[in-house]
Amino acid sequence: MIVAKRKPFDEIDNMLKGYKKVLNVGCGTCVALCLAGGEKEVEILNSEIDMARKLAGDPITIEGITIERQCDREYLEALDSKVEEYQAILSMACGVGVQFLAERFPQIPVFPAVDTSGLSANQAVGWYEERCRACSSCVLGLTGGICPVTMCAKGLYNGPCGGTNQGSCEIDKNQPCAWYMIYERLSNQGRLDNILAITPPMDWQNQVPRTLIQPGYKKPEDVS
Amino acid sequence: MRLEYPPNIKIIRIPCTGKVDVVHLLRAIQKGADGVYVVGCLEGTCHYNEGNFRARERVDHVRMLLEEIGIENDRVRMYNLSSGEGPTFAAYAREMTEHIIKLGPNPLNRVGKE
Repeated sequence: MIVAKRKPFDEIDNMLKGYKKVLNVGCGTCVALCLAGGEKEVEILNSEIDMARKLAGDPITIEGITIERQCDREYLEALDSKVEEYQAILSMACGVGVQFLAERFPQIPVFPAVDTSGLSANQAVGWYEERCRACSSCVLGLTGGICPVTMCAKGLYNGPCGGTNQGSCEIDKNQPCAWYMIYERLSNQGRLDNILAITPPMDWQNQVPRTLIQPGYKKPEDVS
Repeated sequence: MRLEYPPNIKIIRIPCTGKVDVVHLLRAIQKGADGVYVVGCLEGTCHYNEGNFRARERVDHVRMLLEEIGIENDRVRMYNLSSGEGPTFAAYAREMTEHIIKLGPNPLNRVGKE
């Protein structure tokens, strides 16, 4: 799932300077699961903002609402009749949600309250580890199910580099070398020949926002 | 035992300190309480194994949040005792009250009055 981390309070406080009536919109999907921007986090942040502004002698009216998903028009509809009475919107969703909200309500400033931090697995309550960089060129079939883009400090498609050090990465002894792990796993599976396959480098240049249309579906304007 | 403890303390009973949430503690301060403390079972004796450890983590979280916004974090504390320790309960109540009196009223209550 997408994980995020709440921004430092001062940064959020600075963004809201000058606004007297703000709506804090939480998202009930990924950021709620990773305990960054769901209903409870909205309530906690609103309490903080309310107290901080009161102390600063500049009180604010901050209200909260958490919708199921901010990256889905269907759920944003619930805000249509509400947002007009606010001077600004604070969003606790990932970057997708913030942008989708800003797009739907272009007349109102939308501010992010969290830093989107990756696609991660839940190791334990509150502990998330990144596993995917959404590079659009998945090589997991060749690498024994270990992502070199995410796990290797250099994101090498063809590794290891010269910095591999007895199972660790040169950047940190506690950081395992992705390509060492890949070698071990492929070796255990008797698929070491996979490591010889050369994968062309990812073309990160000239990236445009990627659009995904699943088979059997079309863009709405192409349907009619 | 008929032990006395300061009358300004309002007790909110909960089944286990593991039920206490960050939101509850924060809201108490937001609504004007001068201090809040959680009294849990002794560490290692939780009937649910980790209820009191969870409470301590949440208390620490609230202390961090209060510090972020400039309110003394020591207005929120966690104490541990066993259910048989009435005198310790009263002693902690006195300790917390004295401590809060030293800190003075909740700064949110002072706003606009100075």
